[in-house]
Amino acid sequence: MGGEMGKIFTLVEHRRGQIHDISFELLTKGRDLAAQLNSEVVALVLGHGTEEVVERVKGEAHQVLWVKGESLKEPNAEAYQIVLSHILKEYNPFLTLIGHTALGMDLAPPLAASLDIPLATDCVGIELEDKRVITIRQPYNGKLNARVSFADAPAFMITLRQGSFPSEEGNLTGKVVDIPSPLEKEPDYRRFVEYIEAAVGEVDITQADVIIAVGRGIKEKENLALLEDLADSLGGVLACSRPIVDEGWLSKDRQVGSSGKTVKPKLYMAIGISGAFQHITGMKNADTIVAINKDPNAPIFNVAHYGIVDDLFKVVPVLKKKILELKG
Amino acid sequence: MDIVVCIKRVPETAEAEIKVDSSGKDILKERLTFDINESDNYALEEAILLKEKRGGTVTLISVGPPECEDTIRMGLAKGADQAIRVSNEGFGELDGFATAEILKNTIQDLSYDLILTGCMATDDGYSQVGPTLAELLGIPHAVLVTKVDLQDGNARVERELEGGLLEALEIKLPALFAIQTGINEPRYASLIAIRRAAAKEIKVLNAQAIGLERPTLRTRVENLFPPPVGKRAEILKGGAEETSKRLAQIYKSKGII
Repeated sequence: MGGEMGKIFTLVEHRRGQIHDISFELLTKGRDLAAQLNSEVVALVLGHGTEEVVERVKGEAHQVLWVKGESLKEPNAEAYQIVLSHILKEYNPFLTLIGHTALGMDLAPPLAASLDIPLATDCVGIELEDKRVITIRQPYNGKLNARVSFADAPAFMITLRQGSFPSEEGNLTGKVVDIPSPLEKEPDYRRFVEYIEAAVGEVDITQADVIIAVGRGIKEKENLALLEDLADSLGGVLACSRPIVDEGWLSKDRQVGSSGKTVKPKLYMAIGISGAFQHITGMKNADTIVAINKDPNAPIFNVAHYGIVDDLFKVVPVLKKKILELKG
Repeated sequence: MDIVVCIKRVPETAEAEIKVDSSGKDILKERLTFDINESDNYALEEAILLKEKRGGTVTLISVGPPECEDTIRMGLAKGADQAIRVSNEGFGELDGFATAEILKNTIQDLSYDLILTGCMATDDGYSQVGPTLAELLGIPHAVLVTKVDLQDGNARVERELEGGLLEALEIKLPALFAIQTGINEPRYASLIAIRRAAAKEIKVLNAQAIGLERPTLRTRVENLFPPPVGKRAEILKGGAEETSKRLAQIYKSKGII
C-alpha cells in the first residue's frame, strides 16, 4: 500500500513540559497499525527543552524524529505546520496521526491541505479493510457512528478523539534522529503572546463528592433553582456542561469537560445532558453516574450506570422528595 | 473592517432522536428543526459587534440548498449587510475539504480583512472547514477563538486550550478565526428587522459562477449506523414516582444519603 515504507507517523503533543495523554493513545494505535502493515511507528517531537519528552517516548516508537528550536517553544499551529510539512514531504509516511485536540484542530486541516492529502478528523476508530483505511467517526452529537473512507492517495492524515483509543506502554527502543529545524523564528503572522490561567471560582467542583450537573435540557436559567434544591438535598454542588456556561447561566469554573474541569466524585448526576464527548471526557471516571434525559439514545446513557428516560422536570422534584424522605 | 462570515444551516440534533434514512448514508430530516449552526451564530454575532465598533461591512456566505436562505435572512436581520448563497446543486456529497474549496473560490475575489467561521458544525462535527479555508486562501488562522481584539493590521486573540487554560496570540490581518461558542451573547433580531431583511437580495452563485464544477471529495461517508451499545446504563422503569423512589434507594444503599 502507498507511501514509502508505509510508516505510521504520530505527533507527540506536549505543553509546558507535560506530555498530553493523547500522545500515548496515538503511539499505541500507531504500533497496532504498524504491526498490521508490517511497518514501523515514528514519533515526532517538536519543541525547545524537550529532552525529557524524547526520553519518555523513546520506548513507544521504532524511531523518534526530534526537531529542536527556540521558535518551537510553545506549540504554535503555524510554526508546527512549517516544520511538519517539511518532514512529511521528505519522509512521505503512509499515515500521520495527530490528536483531535486544541492543537490538532488548529494544525491538521491546514497541514493536510498544504500536503494535498486526505484528512479525517475526530475519529474514534481506524480499521484496515482489505488494504483500505476506514475511519469511524461520531457525527450528530455522537448519536450515530459513520464509516468514512478516503479517496485514493499515497498518504493520509487522521486526527483521533481523545480517550477513544487505549493507551499501553510500549517496549520498543526507538532510535532518536535529530532533524535540523527548517524554522529560524516563529512566523511573524502568528505569534504566541502568553498563557491565561483558568479563573478560580467560589466552589472547587473537583473536590465535591456529589455533583449535580445540568445541561441544555434545563431550558431556562430560572430552572437552575430546581436543580440547586436537588443538589442541596444530596449535599452536592451544581456543575454543568458547556452550553450552560455559553449562556452565562453558570460560571466557567462549574464546567465539566475537556475545556473545563475533570471530576471524579462518588456520585455524578447528568441531568438534561446528552453527553457530547467533550463532556464525557471530564466525568466518565466518577464512581456512580446517573443520567436523566428524555432521549433514550442520548450518548450519556452509554457511560451512566443508572438511567431514567423521562422529562427532568417531572423527575427532579419527586426525586428530591424521595431523598429527603429516606434521609429522615 | 470588511468581515466575511461563513454560516451553515444544520438540523438540531442535541435533543432530538436521530435515525438513519434508507440510503444508509444520511439521516431522516423530516421531523427535525433546522437553524444556524451554534458556533456560526457566535461567529456572526462577533462580526456584527466588530462592525459596530469599527465600521465596515459584514458579508454572509452559506453553501446549501434554497432552504438555507431562511438562516441567511436571519443573519441579515441581525445586522449583516449582504449575503451570498452558493447553491450546492450538482455538487453531490461534500466533506470538510470540499466545502472549504467552494468557499475559497467564492471568497477569493472579495475584499476582506477578516473571515469568521464557527469552530465546529454540530451535524458532521468535522472542525475542518475554517482552518482549511485559511490555508487555501494563504492567510493565517486560529481556531477555538474566545476573544478578538482588533488593532492596526493585527488581531490579539485568545483561544481555548484544555482544562480552562487559554492562550493569547497576535495574528496579522487578513486572517481567519474559527469562533468557539460562548464568546459573546448572540442577539435576537427584532420583528421589524426580520421584515426588512425579507426584502434584501441574496446573491445566488452556482458551480459555474465560482469556477468549480467538481469540488475535490477526499473523504466519503460509507454508511451511518447506531453506535455499538457498550455497558449501557441500567434504565429504571416506570413513572417519575417509581424511578425516583428506586434511585433514592440506590443512593441509600451506596451510602450517598
